[in-house]
Amino acid sequence: MTVLTENQTSELQPLLVRRAKKPLGTRAYKVFRVAALIAVVLFLVAPLFWMLLASLKTNVDIYDTAKSFIFRPTFENYANVLQRNNYFVFIFNSFWVAFVSTALSLVLGVPAAYAMSRFTMHRSALVVLMARVIPGVSLLVPWYYVFSNLKMVGGFEVLILSHMFVALPLIVYIMMSYFDSLPLELEESAQVDGLTPIGAFQRITLPLSVAGMATAGILSFIFSWNNFMFALVLSGSKTKTLPVAIFDFVSYASIDWGGLMAAATVVTIPIMIIALFTQKYIVSGMTAGATKG
Amino acid sequence: MTSPRSAARKSGRAPSGRDKFSDWANRHRKWLFAAPAMAFVGVLIIFPLAWTLYLSLTDSQGSVRAATEFIGLENYMTVLSDVERFWPAVGRTLTFTGVALVCEVALGMGIALLLWRPFRGEKWVRVAILLPLVATPVAVGMMWRLIFDPNIGFANQLLAAVGIPAQPWLSGQDTALGTTIFMDVWQWTPMVVLILLAGLTSLSEEPDEAARMDGANAFQRFFFITLPLMMPTVIVAILLRGIDALKTFDILYATKGKGGGSFHEVETLNVYAYGLSFDYNQYGLSSAVLILFFMIIIGSMWLLTMRKKAVSK
Repeated sequence: MTVLTENQTSELQPLLVRRAKKPLGTRAYKVFRVAALIAVVLFLVAPLFWMLLASLKTNVDIYDTAKSFIFRPTFENYANVLQRNNYFVFIFNSFWVAFVSTALSLVLGVPAAYAMSRFTMHRSALVVLMARVIPGVSLLVPWYYVFSNLKMVGGFEVLILSHMFVALPLIVYIMMSYFDSLPLELEESAQVDGLTPIGAFQRITLPLSVAGMATAGILSFIFSWNNFMFALVLSGSKTKTLPVAIFDFVSYASIDWGGLMAAATVVTIPIMIIALFTQKYIVSGMTAGATKG
Repeated sequence: MTSPRSAARKSGRAPSGRDKFSDWANRHRKWLFAAPAMAFVGVLIIFPLAWTLYLSLTDSQGSVRAATEFIGLENYMTVLSDVERFWPAVGRTLTFTGVALVCEVALGMGIALLLWRPFRGEKWVRVAILLPLVATPVAVGMMWRLIFDPNIGFANQLLAAVGIPAQPWLSGQDTALGTTIFMDVWQWTPMVVLILLAGLTSLSEEPDEAARMDGANAFQRFFFITLPLMMPTVIVAILLRGIDALKTFDILYATKGKGGGSFHEVETLNVYAYGLSFDYNQYGLSSAVLILFFMIIIGSMWLLTMRKKAVSK
């Protein structure tokens, strides 16, 4: 897998490293660059801003194009969505499923990634990574059959299992590049000092990989939080997650744009706040394995 | 690595049961560590895949529990001769993936180059790049539905401001697929940017500097130095993004619903297979579609991996 050294990893994390020492070219290029960067930021942020604005408007104001930006904000949509539609329950469901599936996937995935990295078990790794390639629908029909016979559809267990299926390959992939970059010598010297190999893993390697596990864990949480297809089929009325709840919202209230945008904002805000506080982990996770030659 | 030594042998005590276990565990740690994860994924994959393969040879429909009859390759014949739904879906899947990938890689490379050298306010750009990546796809779909609404959407307000007539966007038969590609580009270009930026940052400066000394201009340096050096990273980005783009579901289903819209205008293979399975309960047929879909994915991955090996040599 990846050949990132410790130094490189930490260099990549702050996305933009101050490394250029030379002047940046002509004045015209500088102007162009500033304009282009502003355009990029606008393109990425403006739609979300529009969603937020609409969630603060009444439906009358949404239909009035003269009130695109200037209007009297109201929190009525949020009050409606959160109180009448049980969104607190859905928020809890999403959180619980994401949290438990991430935790269990870390327990299974971290030792596996360690073994696969140390003993270069590339074929075994491929088995786990296959899960990322297979279209989820092809697994859902058999899962649905088995789990509904076991009377598990609609329970949390089956949702957690299906989300672990998404999380585990991600965690193995990220942790393998991470372990590849940890120097072997540390463990070896710990074993010379009398630790067993598993002891060395527990007392030396694991504490050193906390950053890697944070990266893998956060990304897995985000992917689970955002997952739609598995929850659409496998969740029940009591275990419905937020993305499915929003989707349902459309079918019976497709005209209530304000409410819909409030619901969409409610699902997006928590994950964005988490992302903002953990940026460097997300970036290093998304780019894991990218720079291998 | 040093050979595993048990604590018992070192301290000279008679080995207790616990020591024996730890001895055994240490000797077999390779599989002790790897097996649980592999078993978990294996059980959840291999059995369903085998079953999908089996179902694709039966006339299973209505209820998964219903008695089914073995009909050989009939489903495959039906699917492969289906020019109404299947082949258009294949076309849309490839169009969606191809166009989205080209846009994402081209835009991503441009943005990554812009961000390569340090500048003031990079923190803000970094935040902007992360936002689409972590936004929930279903919510993103809903957001674009409002923006692209033909009557009240902001997209048409913008067009009106520059004097272009209103477009139907998502609701148009010809424009819907393009509009969803646009959404995919919005959401996933940032990931390509991150990957390419990581690649750019790890490039060594010498070749670029040498070319600069020789008087190469910015374009020459990019096309003859940076781009060739970046090819392996570009292919990693295409591979990672391509797998997901082929399987796109959330945004398409969230914006257009069952069957990819009333004229199936955004029905890709994944949406088609999902609809056959869960909206219309045609399990046999959908399994055949899925097996074919799976073969397309594996095929394109294999091609790309070959290409990557050729490039990184």
